Amino acid sequence: MAKDMLVQDLKAWYGTQQILKNINLKIEKNSVTAIIGPSGCGKSTFIRCLNRMHEVTPGARVEGKVWFDGINLYDPDVDPVQIRKRVGMVFQKPNPFPTMSIFENVAAGLRLNGFKDKKRIPEIVERSLRMAALWDEVKDRLHESGMSLSGGQQQRLCIARSLAVEPEILLMDEPASALDPIATGHIEELIVELKDKVTIAIVTHNMQQAARIADYTAFFLHGELVEYNQTEKIFTSPDDKRTEDYLSGRFG
Amino acid sequence: MTARKTLDTSLDELETKLIQMGKRAEEAVADAIESLINKDAELADKVIRHDEKMNQMDGEIQELCASLIATQQPVAKDLRKILIALRISNDLERMGDLAVDIAEVTKRVADEEWMKPLVDIPRMAEIVRTMIGDGMQSYLEENVDLAYKMAKMDDDVDHLYSQILRELFVLMIENPKVISQAMHLCFVARFLERIADHATNIGENVVYLSKAVKPDLN
Repeated sequence: MAKDMLVQDLKAWYGTQQILKNINLKIEKNSVTAIIGPSGCGKSTFIRCLNRMHEVTPGARVEGKVWFDGINLYDPDVDPVQIRKRVGMVFQKPNPFPTMSIFENVAAGLRLNGFKDKKRIPEIVERSLRMAALWDEVKDRLHESGMSLSGGQQQRLCIARSLAVEPEILLMDEPASALDPIATGHIEELIVELKDKVTIAIVTHNMQQAARIADYTAFFLHGELVEYNQTEKIFTSPDDKRTEDYLSGRFG
Repeated sequence: MTARKTLDTSLDELETKLIQMGKRAEEAVADAIESLINKDAELADKVIRHDEKMNQMDGEIQELCASLIATQQPVAKDLRKILIALRISNDLERMGDLAVDIAEVTKRVADEEWMKPLVDIPRMAEIVRTMIGDGMQSYLEENVDLAYKMAKMDDDVDHLYSQILRELFVLMIENPKVISQAMHLCFVARFLERIADHATNIGENVVYLSKAVKPDLN
């Protein structure tokens, strides 16, 4: 079941440097929200705060609240490991486990999360690979290494691995920036199809990609949220001059 | 997995909207002429009321096109589909306005006796209506031959237009009492001639969609 997420007064630091300044934003459920902005604007830091990955970096610190399914992720009682199970993440570079087969790569997500019912694993692997639009391409070679796949297929394998544990939100940090245009197209179509089942927040420095696939777009600049709205509105008549300058390539 | 499903779905939606708008334009012209022939002020009012819907559809199509250009980066034929949708929508909207102009004439002359039986105006209207239908059909099928065939009918419309004007001039000279009604009928002929030009534009757009060159069919 996809869920929404409400970010309240979120601030983040690396050491003494403040990366995010008072971000307030709602990630709508069953939709794709794109986070765009120039390098160093804090967009990656922002989504890493949404499943408590930011604090993994030494010296990193977060203030504020992120509400998800009635709980504040930053409440002292909350276990970050449990949160990361429900709020999955896909990274820029496909990172299949190199020594594992295609099947094992997807099953690993389940096993690492303590999934015990072994009989159900093949069924869940197949369902996850189907959801990631990879099943037809790999069903006859499930026991080959995950590294034998092309870059685009590897990325869909990583998406399948994230989906296996049935996250309610999927965070994606530039998931297509290491891929060629055809593989990028496949990932984009997949993202649009997946939103029926899981809420998606995607960081991209490719604003055309945001335009093509996102329902909502948030524009970040120097650690601030400049503008957030429906993608159509942002790309046809943004309210803030800085958004317009960035989108039309007149920035700086 | 088909790449660009979002764009393809939206282009289908655009086509459906345009076809619906085309049907409305054809209906508006037919009703306007029928209201004139029967001096039916009620039907004329319906044409005037329904025009608001056409304007609204034109607005929706413009918005959809702007959004597709801004968000989907269409190129080549995809881009041409969007560009011609903008133009065709504009032509259809103008046809709707001209149908309203004809309906307004109906309301002005509704209480008068005809100075002569209407013969050429209904004939002209029938050709114009066929042109709109064929124009939209050529768009739907991307049928360049049909587009050229339809545009050829514009010559018949122009011919009838000159004939109507000549006849009405003679009648006005013979009997100045009929000037007011004759002028109104001249306008109606002029409105129909303009609608035919807009239909011809649809044909030009179909050729542009298919061949990426813009012919002059007017």
